[in-house]
Amino acid sequence: MTDAVTFRAPRNQWWDVWDQFKTHRGALIGMVVFVLIVLFCFVGPLIWRVDPTAIPSGRELLRLRNQGFSLAHPFGTDNLGRDMFARMMKGGQVSLAVGIVGMILSILLGTLIGVVAGYFRRADGVLMRLTDLFLALPLLPILLVMSMLFRERLSALFGVEVGMFLMIVTAIALTSWMRTARVVRGDVLALKEREYVLAARSIGTPPRRLIVRHILPNVLSPVMVSATLMIATAIITESALSFLGMGFPPDFPTWGRLVADGVDYLQDYPSRSMVPGILISLTVLSVNYIGDGLRDALDPRIRGR
Amino acid sequence: MTAPHPTAQRPLVQVRDLKLHFPIYGGFFRRRIGEVKAVDGISFDIYEGETLGIVGESGCGKSTAGRAVLRLYEATEGSVTIDGVDISTLSQEALRKTRPMMQMVFQDPQASLNPRMTVAGIIGEPLDEHTRLSGAEKLARIYELMDAVGLNRDFANRYPHAFSGGQRQRIGIARALALNPRFIVCDEPIAALDVSIQAQVVNLLEELQEKFGLTYMFISHDLSMVRHIADRVAVMYLGKIVEVAPVSRLYDAPLHPYTEALLSAVPEPDPSLEGTKQRIVLKGDVPSPANPPKGCNFCTRCPKVMDLCRTVKPSTVEVAPGHSVACHLINQNGIAGRTGGHEAEHNQTHNQQGEVA
Repeated sequence: MTDAVTFRAPRNQWWDVWDQFKTHRGALIGMVVFVLIVLFCFVGPLIWRVDPTAIPSGRELLRLRNQGFSLAHPFGTDNLGRDMFARMMKGGQVSLAVGIVGMILSILLGTLIGVVAGYFRRADGVLMRLTDLFLALPLLPILLVMSMLFRERLSALFGVEVGMFLMIVTAIALTSWMRTARVVRGDVLALKEREYVLAARSIGTPPRRLIVRHILPNVLSPVMVSATLMIATAIITESALSFLGMGFPPDFPTWGRLVADGVDYLQDYPSRSMVPGILISLTVLSVNYIGDGLRDALDPRIRGR
Repeated sequence: MTAPHPTAQRPLVQVRDLKLHFPIYGGFFRRRIGEVKAVDGISFDIYEGETLGIVGESGCGKSTAGRAVLRLYEATEGSVTIDGVDISTLSQEALRKTRPMMQMVFQDPQASLNPRMTVAGIIGEPLDEHTRLSGAEKLARIYELMDAVGLNRDFANRYPHAFSGGQRQRIGIARALALNPRFIVCDEPIAALDVSIQAQVVNLLEELQEKFGLTYMFISHDLSMVRHIADRVAVMYLGKIVEVAPVSRLYDAPLHPYTEALLSAVPEPDPSLEGTKQRIVLKGDVPSPANPPKGCNFCTRCPKVMDLCRTVKPSTVEVAPGHSVACHLINQNGIAGRTGGHEAEHNQTHNQQGEVA
């Protein structure tokens, strides 16, 4: 039965993951779109060298404001004559960064609390009541109070933009981890009674490695779903904060902010809030598809089908 | 396989008065209102190189006993000594260090393998935890183990879902063998398998026992399989061991009424003998382990029940070398017990001739 000649050595499992990921057409398209959006936001400004915050002066302002799509201004200009194309790029940088970093922080926090609550029975009660507490808090007032309290201090410490970025990302993470924590805890509670966890204990695997090796990989699917949804939530929360004047300064473009600014001109110039809106949607959609494909690719039971 | 002489050998595993009670909480304040006596004071020895079979019906505490012996569950009371080390009092870290000596093969090969790990990863996990082998050495050892349990080396990179039940159980066995253990608890390793595969796995276990000098605690409800593999058999009922005897003695001359009833339920392969067989059908259900009867645990269903049985718990008595029984029939008057035993012996010898032929 054992033919020593023909066996293959174990290869890196990530190759299997990639092979499976490639077969998911939606995930591949999603990834291409996402990469294009990232390139547009981060490489675009190097090519399209227009200052997104420059307001033309005097007569120029009257001539250049509220322009439609043209070669000189692909997405037109806003009511102050600023180039929308450049503002989309600049705004995308912030929105993507807030979305991704906020998502990562929120997922890390939620998974950590969920795993600890699910695995260690003693911590369960305290952590779940804490989760309930956070769920019961009204999101927006908390964010407003946080920004009232820390805005000045963080701006002084890191400068306005970085300070605001840190504050918004932390605020988003602190107010959105609860759903992940609950889902993860539920899964961990079921997983830790599985026989392979008992088998690992009989081998003598300490809890720390047991969690990393046996529990975390198996709660990946729900975490992945939360993660993809969280990016959208983070981008939108950021725009809500900026809209209320508690986020980035008013002249500082973000996608959410651009949508909010465009709302006033929705009847005359609908493209002004629709273009950033479409970009947010595209980002969220592509990330969802990537997450979908990744989840399938990471599950060995689905792999190879 | 020859039945070993218990007195001539050194006990590798000594279990003394092991109890495992799961608390029941209830009421408004979630107070402790009782306990499920899953394992209620069992004592036995397992000698080096032998196989002790543990039999009993579902829910009698066989699996719990197996897990408590390896201290996968914290015992409520009692001690387990393996190779001179009392593992019931060790600290977690010291316990971890002694884990390589004792391993477990699980009942459900599907559930006992992490679906997200490759075969190489699963078999290699014990090596990661307890040895400091280089990648190549580890792979060599994994291949060696796969050869030992009859798995193609080419499968090292596959995931558990791609295997049949028998192959999965082989993976589980390879994992248990990885650290050269001396004692393996087999928790119904064949219960989830087809009959044809059962034989393969049991033969593999026997082969490995011979090759590596393993000691097994073989938990099963399959009496004929236990007869095949075990040297001695312990019969459990409702958390207690009611009878322990060398396999030939237990199957030929069971003394406890429960053992008799259990053995009479073994299917008879010869149809002509099947008709003549007297089956002892027990009435009623197993009492709840949360609320066992006051006297003998078996008194509610025993066909030979006496008044004494309902009030006093029987103590375990060694009626012959290596053969202990906990029954008032034996303890009270040897004659009554003997007669009961003899009757059963008659029936059994009949059946066995059929089985052997």
